[in-house]
Amino acid sequence: MVLLTEAVLDPQQAVDALVTETDGAYVQFVGVVRNHARGRQVAGLEYEAYKPMAERQMRRIVDEVHQRWGLRCAILHRFGYLAVGEASVVICVSSPHRAEAFDACRWAIDTLKNDVPIWKKEYAADGTYWIEGENAIPMQSDGTA
Amino acid sequence: MTIRVLLFGHYKDAAPAGADNGAFSLDVPAGATVADVARLLGERDERLRDLLARTRTAVGADFAPPETALSDGEEVAFLPPMSGG
Repeated sequence: MVLLTEAVLDPQQAVDALVTETDGAYVQFVGVVRNHARGRQVAGLEYEAYKPMAERQMRRIVDEVHQRWGLRCAILHRFGYLAVGEASVVICVSSPHRAEAFDACRWAIDTLKNDVPIWKKEYAADGTYWIEGENAIPMQSDGTA
Repeated sequence: MTIRVLLFGHYKDAAPAGADNGAFSLDVPAGATVADVARLLGERDERLRDLLARTRTAVGADFAPPETALSDGEEVAFLPPMSGG
């Protein structure tokens, strides 16, 4: 299951979509907006997505979790403005055994951060920054959304 | 021919006037490749000069190498290092 939405994420949605009686465990990664970055206070993040490609890449991750571990995976990602504390991504992997679920969930979030075309615009105390991989690039325009 | 260009991340700041959130149409010679488009954009705005060096490229919402030849109406995206999650 894959969902890219502006609506508030409900982690339980991923669990309900996945877990069956054959599963002995599920691992759930929830990414939330924190209030600081690079020593600066952060008020919130705006996520921008190249939607059609982001959804395609998210489905590819789900497919590969199934091919490599034989497990089912759900990925929810939110875009638009998120305040501190709000959930930006949920990845859930259900499994008869925990080890594979941990491995697959870790691989999925690592891969998402690399290959799903979504970018953070960070609203920090001293300005607005585009986050591109490891780089934070100040926005040139007056920073209005 | 006319293609659709999508810029993301800080490159949006260098999108031409009239662009819609980093998306705009561009006339290019028939048979132009993604690399040709990047070079053309870099010539027009020096903030886009490093586009090819610092982004991965996509055609039709899927990864595609810079040497990919384009056809009329296709969508080309320049994708800076991503920061989802």
